Amino acid sequence: MPARVVVLGGGVGGTLVANLLSKRLRRDASVTVVDGSGMHVYQPGFLYVALGQADALWLARDERTLLRKDVELVVENAASVDPAAQVVHLVRGGTIPYDFLVVATGSRIVREDVPGMVAGAHDFYSLDGALRLREAIRTFKGGRVVVGVAGIPYKCPPAPVEFTLLVEELLRHRGLRDRSQVMLLSPLNRAFTVESASKLVQPIMEKRGIELRTFFNVETVDPQKRTVTSLEGETVEYDLAIIVPPHRGARVVEESKLGDQAGWIPTDRATLQHAAHERIFALGDATDLPISKSGSTAHFEAPVVASRIAAIVQGTAPREAYAGRVMCFLETGNGRATTLRFDYAHPPTPPTPSRMWHWAKWAFNRVYWVTVPQGRIA
Amino acid sequence: MTTELPAIAKSIDARGMACPGPLMSLIGAIRAGAVGAVFEVLSSDAGSRTDIPAWVAKAKHEMVAVVDEQGYARFVVRKAH
Repeated sequence: MPARVVVLGGGVGGTLVANLLSKRLRRDASVTVVDGSGMHVYQPGFLYVALGQADALWLARDERTLLRKDVELVVENAASVDPAAQVVHLVRGGTIPYDFLVVATGSRIVREDVPGMVAGAHDFYSLDGALRLREAIRTFKGGRVVVGVAGIPYKCPPAPVEFTLLVEELLRHRGLRDRSQVMLLSPLNRAFTVESASKLVQPIMEKRGIELRTFFNVETVDPQKRTVTSLEGETVEYDLAIIVPPHRGARVVEESKLGDQAGWIPTDRATLQHAAHERIFALGDATDLPISKSGSTAHFEAPVVASRIAAIVQGTAPREAYAGRVMCFLETGNGRATTLRFDYAHPPTPPTPSRMWHWAKWAFNRVYWVTVPQGRIA
Repeated sequence: MTTELPAIAKSIDARGMACPGPLMSLIGAIRAGAVGAVFEVLSSDAGSRTDIPAWVAKAKHEMVAVVDEQGYARFVVRKAH
């Protein structure tokens, strides 16, 4: 009987694991992806939608078209997992038994956890949010723009810095720069978590007159007074606030008590196995690893999960381990970008922002659909 | 001499993890945790030596200990409010 592999979540990580396993194990495994929407969304595009640089239609495709033919797709949310019985319960009452479970359920946005955020602030962490923000930017007549972070961890750590630099550029192009202030509220004591990247970005911010406020972790938003207050006790005023909302793990993880308090799965940093259940693997945003929550992380973790499951199914010792590899781009505006590449043993050494990396990012955005889900870029 | 450390509510092994990094992970854990709880973060990043105590002081939490280990340091912080 073929090994039954069930993958929860049809994002980058889930889709790639499913395709790699089906290709590698063929008749030795039956692979099922369970996804509530049946749509695959390219989330890095939200930023461009918010800035009016990309059309929302570009961001989503039918998950079925990205999966190999022999992978089954169940378009329904998983309600819970019973690790003792090795069964997934679906919301409409069905069950799917598994020999191996891959949890690739990503993260979910919980704006309501920050008082005042829903009424007072914008973000680009969902398609709806990006579209609302696009409209707010379109009708903006000048004033104080603040970009901040209201929860850690959040997807794509460079995104607030990128957004700040790109929105400043947009205000210049629209002739609103003289009437506007742009401020980045950083959770840390520099613009970005990676010191070498901060050293590249901070002089650019300074040159463009972007104010940097450090150690500012957004705690509350006051929509009436139009202020943002930090847990460190400072308050700033705004006319347009773009605040990264808090994230939590998926409901199915919380319902199944498979995660920690915030719904992140306790995961081994090398094997990507659940700390308490050896038949359960996790990748991407779903894990509790203190590593970037990004598609790139899921992309590089997926071959490790697929390889380890395949080895167990084939009766050999799993050898491949995740070495912490992540690669991402950071747009700095004016048609330039840099890149961050690193793993557990090698910290990033980003090159000077250039046009080449900006075009590399755009090229990647375009070729994503025909390369990453299929495992064509290793 | 060894120092007696309080019970750790959550330990974060951020060794080798450049992004989001040890301090960002610690801030996240403290935000989500209970007042009085003690958190520990392991960091191999030299910058943590200054960054972590600086944020703990600014946010008015308590730096319980910084312990040197082989190739990394252990930062122990109590959520004060």
